[in-house]
This record gives sequence, C-alpha cells and structure tokens, in this order.
Amino acid sequence: MIKQLTSSERQGAAVLLGLLAAIGVLMAALGRTGPFGIHGLIVILFALALLFPVLSTFYEPEPDPERLTYYYDDPIKAGIVLTMAWAVFGMFMGVWVAAQLAWPNLAFDAAWSTFGRLRPTHTTGVIFGFGGNALISTSLYVVQRTSRARLAGQLSPWFVLMGYNLFCILAVTGYFMGVTQSKEYAEPEWYADLWLVIVWVSYFILYIRTLARRKEPHIYVANWYYMAFILVVAVLHIVNNIAVPISWGSAKSYTVWAGVQDAMVQWWYGHNAVAFFLTSGFLGMLYYFLPVRAQRPIFSYRLSILSFWGITFFYMWVGSHHLHYTALPHWVQNLGMTFSVMLLVPSWASAGNALLTLNGAWHRVRDDATLRFMMVAAVFYGLSTFEGSFLAIRPVNALSHYTDWTVAHVHAGVLGWVALITFGSIYTLVPSLWKRERMYSPVLVEVHFWLAIAGTLVYVFAMWNSGIIQGLMWRTYTADGTLAYSFVDSLVAMYPYYIARTFGGFLFLLGTLVGCYNIWMTVRAAPATAGRRLDVPEPDGAGMAPSPAE
Amino acid sequence: MAELFHRKIERTAIGFVLAIIAAASVGGIVEIAPLFTIHQTVEDAPDMRLYTPLELAGRDIYVREGCYACHSQMIRTLRDEVERYGPYSLAVESKYDHPMLWGSKRTGPDLARVGDKYSDLWQVAHLTNPRSVVPESNMPSYAFLARTPLQTDDLRLRLAAQRDVGVPYTDDMIRNAAQDAYGQATPDSDYASGVTQRYGEATQVRAFDGVTTELTEMDALVAYLQILGRLTDAAYKHTAAPQKPPEPVK
Ligand code: HEC
Ligand code: HEM
Ligand code: HEM
Repeated sequence: MIKQLTSSERQGAAVLLGLLAAIGVLMAALGRTGPFGIHGLIVILFALALLFPVLSTFYEPEPDPERLTYYYDDPIKAGIVLTMAWAVFGMFMGVWVAAQLAWPNLAFDAAWSTFGRLRPTHTTGVIFGFGGNALISTSLYVVQRTSRARLAGQLSPWFVLMGYNLFCILAVTGYFMGVTQSKEYAEPEWYADLWLVIVWVSYFILYIRTLARRKEPHIYVANWYYMAFILVVAVLHIVNNIAVPISWGSAKSYTVWAGVQDAMVQWWYGHNAVAFFLTSGFLGMLYYFLPVRAQRPIFSYRLSILSFWGITFFYMWVGSHHLHYTALPHWVQNLGMTFSVMLLVPSWASAGNALLTLNGAWHRVRDDATLRFMMVAAVFYGLSTFEGSFLAIRPVNALSHYTDWTVAHVHAGVLGWVALITFGSIYTLVPSLWKRERMYSPVLVEVHFWLAIAGTLVYVFAMWNSGIIQGLMWRTYTADGTLAYSFVDSLVAMYPYYIARTFGGFLFLLGTLVGCYNIWMTVRAAPATAGRRLDVPEPDGAGMAPSPAE
Repeated sequence: MAELFHRKIERTAIGFVLAIIAAASVGGIVEIAPLFTIHQTVEDAPDMRLYTPLELAGRDIYVREGCYACHSQMIRTLRDEVERYGPYSLAVESKYDHPMLWGSKRTGPDLARVGDKYSDLWQVAHLTNPRSVVPESNMPSYAFLARTPLQTDDLRLRLAAQRDVGVPYTDDMIRNAAQDAYGQATPDSDYASGVTQRYGEATQVRAFDGVTTELTEMDALVAYLQILGRLTDAAYKHTAAPQKPPEPVK
C-alpha cells in the first residue's frame, strides 16, 4: 500500500507518527487513569500500529517515477475499506440501540452499554465513520479524474485519511466511557475537536492544491459540492465546538454558549451538518458517479448552478426549524420555517437533474443494480427533502417534533439517500480502483439492493406510524377536556413499531454485509488486463471524466 | 448572462471558495448575532439561582449518560404540553446552562419541571430499575450510579471553568466546591450550613440516595433532577394561566 512513498515521505511519515505518539504519551501522563489518559493510550497504539508498516518499508528502494503518470489511488482504496468497516460497526450499533428500545434489558446492566452511551456511537459511526470516509475517498477520486491531475502530494492524503479515522476512534471510544459534550452530532470533546481542525485544514489544502493542478479550465460540478462540504463543515465545527476544558488533563469541557444561544448555535450546526455533510458532499458523489454509470452527461448545467447556490445560501438559515415553539424568539423560528420551505426548490432541482439525466438510460437502470442504487437514492433525496420542508412548517412540527416522525425523516434521508448513493458509488468505484472488469458478483449487488430497499421501507414506515400515533396521543383530549392518554400509554403503543424497526434495520445491515463480501471477493479476483492505460491523468486519456452538459 | 458569469468563477478555485463562504455566512450571522444583542431574548429573573456543586456534578452525569437522548427539557408553548408538563419553558431558565439540554426526542417524558414531582426514594428506585416502578418502561437501569462514589476533587475545576464561560460563581463557591457537595448530601455534617449560606435558603440539603455514609453519583443525579424547573419561579409568573409551583417533597 505505501510502497509508492518516496524515502523522504517515509521519513516524514515516521516523524509525524513519532510526534503523534509523543502527544499520546503526554495525554496519558496528564490524564492518568481517567478517560483522557485512556485516550492517550489509544493515540499511542494508533501511532505505533501505523509506524509498523512505515518502518518495515523504510529502507526499500525509491519508487518507480513512472507512478507519477498515474492517479494516486492507494489511500482511496484504504478509505473504501474503512468506509465499509465503519458501515458494519455503525449499523450494528444502530440495530442494537433499536433493539434496546424494544427490549431494554439488552444493556446487560453495564454502564458502557446503556442506550444513552450507545446511541451516539451509532450516529457518529454511520455519519462520520461511514459517511465521512466515503466522502473523503470519493472526493479524492473525483477531484483527480475531473481535474485529470494526480493528487498534490502522497503523504498528505494519508494524513487526512488516518487523522480523520483517529478522530472517529477517539469519538466512539469516548462515548463508551461517557466522554461527550452532549451536542448532537458534535459529541466529541475538545481535544478530538482540535485534532479534527488540523486534519480538516490539511484536507482543504490538499483539495485546493490538486484543483490547482487541473488540466481542465473549469471546475466540474461535483467539486463545487465537495468544496462546499469541506469549507462549511470547517466553519460549523469550529463555531459550535468552542469550549473551555476544566483542565489540560481532563476530557471534560464546557461550551462557551449557554441556553437559548447555545440552542441556536447547536442547531445552526446540526442542520448544516445535515446540509453540508449529508447532502452537499453526497450530491458531489451523485453528480460524478451517476452520469459516469449511466454514461450520459448531466441533464442541465443551469439546474446544477441554481441548485448549488440555492443549497449553499438557504440551508444556513433553516437551523431554527429544530426549535419551533421553544424559548427561541419567534422571528428566528419564522425565518427558519420560511427558508426551509424555499429550500425545496434547489433540493428538487438536484433530484430532478439526477433523474432527468437518466432519461434515455432507463434500460440500464433496469438491468444494472448499481445504477438503480443511485436512481433510488435520488428519489429518496427528493422525498426526504419534501418531507423536511413539510416538517419545518410550524403547525406540522407541533405534531412531529420530539416524536419518531423525526427519526423516520432522518432515516428516509440517511438510508434511502446517503447510504444508497454511497453503495452505488462504491460499486462503480471498486472495479475501477482495483482495475477489475466488474464487481465479483452482480447477483450479490442485486441482493444487496433489495435488502437495502426492504430494510429502508420497513424502517421508515414503522417510524412514520409510531411517530404520528405518538404525536396524536400526546395531544388527544377527552370529551371533558382532559388529556386522554398518559405518557406511558403512548410508550406502550410504540413497542410493535420498535420491533418492526429493528427488523428493518437488520435487513439493511445484512445487505451491507453482503456488499462487504462482494467487495472483498472483487479485490481478491484477478485484475483485468484491458483498459489499464485509460484511467490516467494525461489530458489525452480522459477516461471516465464526464463533462458538464451545455 | 448569469451563466457566463458563472463560467468565469468556475475557473478560479479561490474565487469559488470565497463565493461559497460569502453565500454561507449570511444566514448564521443574521439569525445568531442578534440573539446576543437583543435584550428581550432572555427574560429577567432576579430570583434565578446557580447550580450547587452537587447539582452541577449531577448535571454532568446526566450529560455523560446521555439522558438527553430520550428526555427533553423544553416545554413548548402548546396547550397539551403545558397541561402535561407545566408552564412552558422560558429562555432565562437555561441561561446558566452550558450546554443547554433542550433535547430533540421524547422517548421518555419531558423533564424540565420534574423537580419536586417525585420523592427522592422514587427517583432512586426508578433509576436503579425503572421497571420496578413503571413496568412498561424502556428506560435503561442505572443501578451502577448508587455503587459509584462521586468524584469531588475536580469539582473546583468544574466550577472555575463554568465561571470562565460566564456563570457567576464566586471565589468562595469555587474554593468550597468539594465540601459543599459533601455537605449538601450529608445534612448532619459540619459542611451542610455552608451550602445554604452560599447558595440560598431554598437549597435542598438531604441524603438524596437515602444513605449518608457515602457520597455517590446517585446523590448527585437525584439532587440535579430535584432542582429541574426550580431554579427560578419566573415561568409561573409569566404564563397567562398561572399555575402554582409544586410543593417541595422529600
Ligand atoms: C431509552 C430512553 C431513556 C433513557 C436513555 C433515559 N430515560 Fe428516563 N425515561 C424513559 C421513559 C420511557 C420514561 C417513562 C417511563 C418511566 O417512568 O420509566 C422515563 C422516565 C423518567 C423519569 C420520570 C419522569 C416522569 O415525569 O414521570 C425520570 C426522572 C427519568 N426518566 C430520568 C432519567 C435520567 C436521569 C436518565 C439518565 C441517567 C434517563 N432518564 C435516561 C426513557 C429513558
Ligand atoms: C442498520 C440500519 C440502522 C438502524 C437500525 C438505525 C437505528 C437507529 C436508532 C434506533 C436510532 C435512535 C432513534 C431514537 O432515539 O429513537 C437512530 C438514530 C439515528 N440514526 Fe440510525 N439506524 C440505522 C442506519 C443509519 C444510517 C446509515 C445513518 C446515517 C448515515 C443513521 C443516522 C442516524 C441519525 C442521524 C440518528 C439520530 C436521529 C435523531 O436524533 O433524530 N442511521 N438510528
Ligand atoms: C429541504 C431539505 C430538508 C428540510 C427542510 C429538513 C427539515 C427538517 C426538520 C423540520 C426536521 C425536524 C426538526 C425537529 O422537529 O426537531 C429535520 C430533522 C432532521 N433531518 Fe431534515 N430536512 C431536510 C433534508 C434532510 C436530509 C436530506 C437529511 C439526511 C440526509 C436530513 C436529516 C435530518 C436529521 C438527521 C434530522 C434530525 C435532527 C435531530 O433532531 O437530531 N434532513 N429536518
């Protein structure tokens, strides 16, 4: 994997890892037996584990200069493997927390396995572990192909990928020990947050430097979205996570924001994590892999522009729809609602653009499960944004807020849109990265597709039902004007749906496992010989790069 | 025209970056900045008191255990919520909350006004095994809290950090944080009087988990639960249909 590093890059890697280990030692010394100290140990182990392959190839001869005429895909391969590993972990945790809501004794009376600690391991595992690794790997793949240029540097992509995964590991292991800021989707504590800032800045620099090498005058649409994702996530992350640690040797910190301002900052962050992590980045994927797979140019360049700027501008206003009827001032709630409704226009512009791109390729959608993953993802993107705009309307939100309806909306988005577009992209990417003709088994792709669809539908329908029932029971009055149901009555009504949701999630997880097996077998298969020189940086060998339609 | 213009920005990465930052900044600035400057955003409540060190420790346990994943602390301005949980929440009630714990999901009921709703004994039994009191419950059991001694040596640091982010703890409060935590859960000890002296007569001083020999995490969490909604009476005065605050229970 790292055979392509030059000897000075190997030295650089060894120095960086040495520094990292030193930071780990410092953390362990300051934090002793507390969670901070344990995280120090984890950092040391992580650095040593990576140091091993670096040192074992340390004195190998310099790599062949011919490598520079190819794209640099080694870190991307590692990224895809990590993506699938986190998918399995995160979704397994999802099934476990879902099961705990139906059968609470599945916490086995331990502290680390209670619902409150496991739930963020699920959300972080899937959003940041699975989603984040998928975004980093595909973005590095796409930026090279659309710029027809090799990545700027060989060490920095590894730093970004491994540094990011260290962040995810610190986050998830922290939750088991009860280390959390309690801010949804921003739970990791101050030191992990600081580390992520460093990683993210390197990511941005790597991306911009690679773009600067492009042989194409124009920056392709997919890169607009990836750039928005990288930039805005940095801003959101920094502002929401400003905190004062109680000491330099403790994991605990307090955010500088308080009460109503904290709520607004948190949901400005929270919804834009949805927007720029779970939407922009994945739209980048859609705008590259869907046209490539369908072998058709994007339907409309204008729609792409409209959608991109609409999303980038409007999304930042909508966070307050998480705080309807709360102590947040009314004017902010109303702004949030208004912009959420307007947001439907750019959202549907992208969903429509994707589906219209498929016009004329419907026979491929029928025959090719990979393309069907992406087609269904675009449909779910359209559905979940429609649902989102609807839920943002104050009287609707009065019913849906705090209930499982939100969870239904979330998983229509993340299963139907985020996970499906990722799987579609991965099935396109894997044969290309490992130079295979196709996936090991198209039948297994088909099986994965149907498991994923079935799982998503069971999950989402169960939660729509439970959410709406819950919301209605809470506000039902008897004839003489008293509340008809106690809270526990509404809880009892949820159990059948909690069981159904667990089953749906299990199907989805099963599909992911099938996907892992298929990818593993593809990697092990013999490389295809034909077409090797097609996918290379030179301007004349454009290979797969699609160009925007006029 | 616009398309031609766009063709131009697409050619410079830095221009594109700046355009993204510009477009993405407006919303946040317009919605967030005024929350700090418009005075009416947070009401006045002269009777608002601070969390004692024990309650703050309890709050940190609430955060650590992720209770917020199932419980909100924000009663909305809707009739059924006010009738179910009490007067709707005011901004001032969480003005010292770093971080706020409004929550976004009610797998369990809202807790904004759960203080004084149940006895300490009920709370301890419920946390130890929720299904022993509410058979239908799916809340996890937190029996380990009663077995875990409360760590008090870093309470001073916690209060100091809270002061750094704007909560008006005095030097005296910070210096005595560990003693006050012990005193609040050990009414017969010498440290008990200091707590009411520093935090007000209304402070609840008692053995929250029923055991005075040891200060446990259960003491801290129950002390915190019993103060929820009781830091100020402002909410009972602001609402159109005033309700009375609950009578303290033991
Ligand atoms: C899996 C979700 C879940 C988690 C996590 C959870 N609870 Fe609960 N909680 C519930 C449910 C459901 C109820 C209602 C049934 C009952 O009383 O047990 C409840 C009820 C309560 C009540 C009684 C409220 C009332 O008005 O009757 C309190 C107090 C409470 N929980 C505190 C906590 C604390 C403190 C934590 C964290 C240590 C916590 N809960 C974690 C689900 C949860
Ligand atoms: C195997 C499939 C999955 C299962 C069984 C599952 C299950 C769950 C459960 C039980 C919850 C907690 C809901 C609650 O508190 O009531 C949850 C929350 C969440 N999950 Fe999943 N999940 C799955 C896949 C995913 C994926 C792939 C993603 C993202 C890429 C995701 C993102 C989230 C998010 C963001 C939340 C928080 C929702 C909120 O706060 O409203 N899930 N999931
Ligand atoms: C037009 C686009 C969208 C709008 C206007 C929108 C609106 C909303 C609204 C109103 C809520 C409920 C807030 C509450 O009551 O607490 C919500 C929650 C959520 N949405 Fe969306 N949504 C959109 C698209 C999406 C997409 C595409 C995804 C995922 C890929 C997504 C993920 C989420 C998540 C994770 C939450 C839960 C947050 C939480 O409470 O923890 N949304 N959204």
